[in-house]
Amino acid sequence: MIRVVIDPVACDAYGFCAELLPEAITLDEWGYPIVDGTPLPPELVEVARRAARDCPRRAITLRERKAHS
Amino acid sequence: MVNASETLPETKRYRILGHPTDLSGHVAALGPVPLPSKAPRTWREDFVSVLEASGLPGRGGGGFPAAIKLAVAHGAGGRGVVVVNGMEGEPASDKDKLLLIRSPHLVLDGAQLMAAAAGARQVTVCVPEGRDHVAAAVATAMAERANTQHAPTPETLVRPPDRFVAGEESALATWLESGASLPAFRPDKGMALRIGRQAALVHNAETLAHVAMIARSGPDAFRSHGLIEDPGTCLVTISGAVENPGVVEVDRGTPVIDIARRATPRQTPQALLVGGYGGAWVAPEHFATPYASLSLRAVGSSAGVGVVVVLGPDACGLAESARIAHYLAGQSAGQCGPCVYGLPAVADDLARLARGRVDVALTARLDRRLQEVNGRGACRHPDGAVQLVRSALSVFAADVRVHADGAPCPHADRPTQLRFPSSLGTAVA
Repeated sequence: MIRVVIDPVACDAYGFCAELLPEAITLDEWGYPIVDGTPLPPELVEVARRAARDCPRRAITLRERKAHS
Repeated sequence: MVNASETLPETKRYRILGHPTDLSGHVAALGPVPLPSKAPRTWREDFVSVLEASGLPGRGGGGFPAAIKLAVAHGAGGRGVVVVNGMEGEPASDKDKLLLIRSPHLVLDGAQLMAAAAGARQVTVCVPEGRDHVAAAVATAMAERANTQHAPTPETLVRPPDRFVAGEESALATWLESGASLPAFRPDKGMALRIGRQAALVHNAETLAHVAMIARSGPDAFRSHGLIEDPGTCLVTISGAVENPGVVEVDRGTPVIDIARRATPRQTPQALLVGGYGGAWVAPEHFATPYASLSLRAVGSSAGVGVVVVLGPDACGLAESARIAHYLAGQSAGQCGPCVYGLPAVADDLARLARGRVDVALTARLDRRLQEVNGRGACRHPDGAVQLVRSALSVFAADVRVHADGAPCPHADRPTQLRFPSSLGTAVA
């Protein structure tokens, strides 16, 4: 299971991720991404990788779901 | 500062307050710290099993088991640093200041034990800039111990900036490395903190005082106080609308109202703020709640740092909460958007509510903002603010209804009953 993790220190609210992956990422009223921490459906993993690659701040990582909550 | 514990009868044998301050008195009263002489591996195994058996949780707010933290740092290997966290950024807390002034050797003994067990080569005590009386007490104690068998690991004192977030453990490690007090994003809390290439074991000052006592008296003396699942004693700072504010040492599990009474509330409290400014308000129907992690969680609070603030009947709980939210917003390290933008917005909503300046969307907007800000910082600073505000909306729900209809609180303009380090908290924004 893979999920999206946002580094809130690195993130600068460019918002590209929410455009690429609206199914898993929404923006708060200030433009910062909100993820719910649930596993990504398999069909979204590829586009999530693209969102991580395209983030200007490199604030997105995809993590295997385990250990921490 | 008045120490309320001195006026009260002594109960049981285990305690960390009330021991002699100077080194010779300290050693005469408690005996030397049981550091390893030979066979350090055997000593380490014994020490770790005593610490594990005690069940000592960290007393800096997180409540993370001290033995596990040690194991993580030790597992990271080689040449580490034990950091004594004497930052105590919580405005309503005085316990670590008191402990470092009255019993510095107990805290330093705990740090020496942790250094021996973790294989650390350095003990670094952090006391913020400006708190010169605390720093002087620590420096005096260090000078007494230097080059004696009590301090085989070198001890130094450093002075980070006096900010709320500066005492967050990763911010402290970052400051020691680079001079900037910034919390780190750590998705995996099972990883040891590092200062450069060295593993850092950061422990709160009170936690280390307990370590030093437990190493001498054994785990059973510690566990003879408190609850099975939340053992020992803890220090609690009592303030607010009381005659006799100060620090007391109580058994975990003591009802929160009994702790408040030790400082003599001026009138019947309207609510108690428990756990600090990132803690939560407790309503009168829950005043008998034991000061313990699980019990407090069940009423929407957390044990946090040992803090009880008494709110008198002549105060506006919402206005006071808005002051806290405003203060916490100003103490953000400024790294994470949800904290930078969310906390001021939440504080502003709450202040409007207290003033009766309510637009139709306010309560729904505030609820949404609280939900969105929670859990979205690198550290837990915003989460504490959210918990505090949520508890205010619940405990002062009757006031919320009145103010939401446009009636400002008659008490909103009174001077605060809370403590703030500057004039920041005195006006409702």
